[in-house]
Amino acid sequence: MIFNIPFIAVIALILIGLYAVVFKRNLIKMVIGITLIGSGVNLFLITLGYRGDSAAPTIAPIYTSSPGGIMSLPVPQALTLTAIVIGVAVLALMLSLVVHIYRHYGTLDVKKIRRGEE
Amino acid sequence: MSEMSKIVRTITAIAFPFSMIYGLYIIAHGHLTPGGGFQGGAVVASACAMILVAFGSKWTVTKIKEKNLSVLESLGALGFIGLAFLGLVFGIHIFFNNFLVGSEFLFGHIPALGSSLADINTGGVLPLMNFAVGLKVIVGLFVIVLVMAYATTSFAEGKK
Amino acid sequence: MNVPDYTPALVVAIPLLGAFLTPLVSRIHDKVRNGFVIVVLALNAFLIGLLASDVFTNGIKTYVFGGAQDITLPIVRILFEVDGMSMFMAVISAILVLVAVIYSWAFMKENTGLDKYYTLILLMTAGMLGMELTGDMFNFFVFLEITSISSCALIAFWTHKGESVDAGFKYIVISAIAALFVLFAVGLLYAQYDALNIAMLANVLEYTFLDKIALVLLVVALTMKAGIVPMHMWLPDAYGRAPSSVTVALVGVTLASLYGVFRVCFTLYGNVLSKITKQIDFLGNPLTVTVNGTLGFVIILLAIITILFGVIMALRQIDFKRLIAFAAVAELGYMFLGIGTGIAAMGTKHGMTALTGGIFHIINDAVDVGLLFLVAGAIYYATKELSLNHLGGLARNMKYTSIFFIIGLLAVAGMPPMNGFASKLIIYQSTYQLNPILAIIAILSSILLLAVFVKVFYSAFMGPALPKFKAVKEVPRSMLLAMGIFAAIIIVFGFFPQLIVENIVQPAANALLGYTDYITHVIGGI
Repeated sequence: MIFNIPFIAVIALILIGLYAVVFKRNLIKMVIGITLIGSGVNLFLITLGYRGDSAAPTIAPIYTSSPGGIMSLPVPQALTLTAIVIGVAVLALMLSLVVHIYRHYGTLDVKKIRRGEE
Repeated sequence: MSEMSKIVRTITAIAFPFSMIYGLYIIAHGHLTPGGGFQGGAVVASACAMILVAFGSKWTVTKIKEKNLSVLESLGALGFIGLAFLGLVFGIHIFFNNFLVGSEFLFGHIPALGSSLADINTGGVLPLMNFAVGLKVIVGLFVIVLVMAYATTSFAEGKK
Repeated sequence: MNVPDYTPALVVAIPLLGAFLTPLVSRIHDKVRNGFVIVVLALNAFLIGLLASDVFTNGIKTYVFGGAQDITLPIVRILFEVDGMSMFMAVISAILVLVAVIYSWAFMKENTGLDKYYTLILLMTAGMLGMELTGDMFNFFVFLEITSISSCALIAFWTHKGESVDAGFKYIVISAIAALFVLFAVGLLYAQYDALNIAMLANVLEYTFLDKIALVLLVVALTMKAGIVPMHMWLPDAYGRAPSSVTVALVGVTLASLYGVFRVCFTLYGNVLSKITKQIDFLGNPLTVTVNGTLGFVIILLAIITILFGVIMALRQIDFKRLIAFAAVAELGYMFLGIGTGIAAMGTKHGMTALTGGIFHIINDAVDVGLLFLVAGAIYYATKELSLNHLGGLARNMKYTSIFFIIGLLAVAGMPPMNGFASKLIIYQSTYQLNPILAIIAILSSILLLAVFVKVFYSAFMGPALPKFKAVKEVPRSMLLAMGIFAAIIIVFGFFPQLIVENIVQPAANALLGYTDYITHVIGGI
């Protein structure tokens, strides 16, 4: 059961992030929500790399001198790293757009911005 | 943003070379220890952001022109894809081929199987690509932080 | 002629190299930079043409990155696997981006920051082509993110207008959430089967509960990026407020995400599509529920809602480009309808015809809607007005633009002899055999689209000459050349549809249905 706790954390992070994106009216809170979803998915990718003793023969031989035989797959670590880099780029872009929107409309409230041009 | 007090500026100037050396160490040993281009680049970029926060964006913009930084960024990116295209020329003619492994030119050792001492002379094209990516990440992240700081400062002043 | 083996890699690498060289080249002179970008894209289009002629006649080509070309199990390297459907979409992307860059020579001339504009367009091209040629799920995610980041920056290019930045923000929120869902599904599939390659996954896929979750996440996320109702909210804003050349390239991005849906449904889950999930007793008659029946039903339902919603919202619009964007939403529904009928009626003759019609409609719609957006951009360039209430009587000053608009109008509404008629006729015929109501809704929507665009033509081009438009001249020659290329493609495809269907569309449809070929080419014997 203790090995399932990270997966529960993943579901909690993704649900909180989705709640923030859908129901909050401040633009910065939407950006924080997207970052939370990204963190949840990255945690999921790292957690699924853990294999116990059953995977010992299938992982590359340079790892076989690890003590106890408990090891994790190396591929999800590369996937997570790429996803973190992409998350940083998306975050930088979204924050630059928020700075521009604030300069034009003077407010960060989504309802006021949308009413202005509909 | 305006600059901070003299104590903060002095300590930042002392701590900045240590952070930079640490970040460059992470970039250079990327094929042996956990690390590599992006991670080391992020460390150096946060050191540069520390300079930006301590000395103020106005002073930093007078010292560093953004146009020169974008030339550096393009050089980093061109280094990466140039190395990928060089794989088409040397060795087996495949794109992204690792043509330096096994040669005596630069990084050509082949490490032994099993656990052994780390040899920096291994890895082939990978350490060079680490350097290129590290340069691009340093300059890219620093330009993002610099432009955001300068833009919000000038907007706040323009509003007043 | 002899196509070198490494052409699939060059097709993605040359725009990337061009994108990184553009900031250095643009320090020399503006015209040198424009010429450099057009040369890079023309070279890329030439390579795509070579590769297309090879793949359409000879079959699937694979390319392994960074290693010897023999593929041994387990597959550890990234593969590009190019079959008929990938080449079809790559040809569309190449044409769209080349015409967009030719158009933006004159259209974007007074703007500053143009070196970043051309860099972003080249990056977007590399991302689109990478999405369409790859054979690896995580590689697809990376190219999806590259494309959405660069296209968001291009949508928000006119930063002096607040509404463009707002449209860009909506687009990046939707794109980031969709891409994270795709990553979650890729993680689910990797956790179960320890493979990221599409052919390897399709070989070992059993339809467990987690696979169903992954299928739902992938289809929802990719249709969110493709603009199907009810996830279409970003599309009218993004298409309507971006510069017109960016909108044409953005059509390519939407179609690449639609290609992702097809690749997931037909190839990744190809083995399980004909599985029977349960037998239910519906009012005394036994009814077998198959996977492709359920999936096809859902896709056809979404397609019908998209067509109706797009057409009805297009009737109410006053802004020129927003109206064309809603018409583009309706056309996306037509493509989806053809493909959905192909899935639901898999194995029958009219299912195959519907699939061919849907795929043929992709290239027709890309060119038609692209031409209409270019005309809207030309009107904005000449008069700086986009609202239909303020336009009028422009046919006297802009003769060529009006002729191009008439060609685009006839093509979108499906009138002969333009290309829209050929593909829509195939869709009507095949969906009628599945269920007559679908064909009736499709035909009525086409008639409504004709009515909408005739109204637009009358209010923008016909009517008395307004005094404020007395000094309006015809648009520069590069914009006319770009519109002329699209019009020529429309007329040629309309007069010789049989040629196009046999040589280009039929290999794509066969490649989509032949998932065993796809798997065998990589693994070599199931």
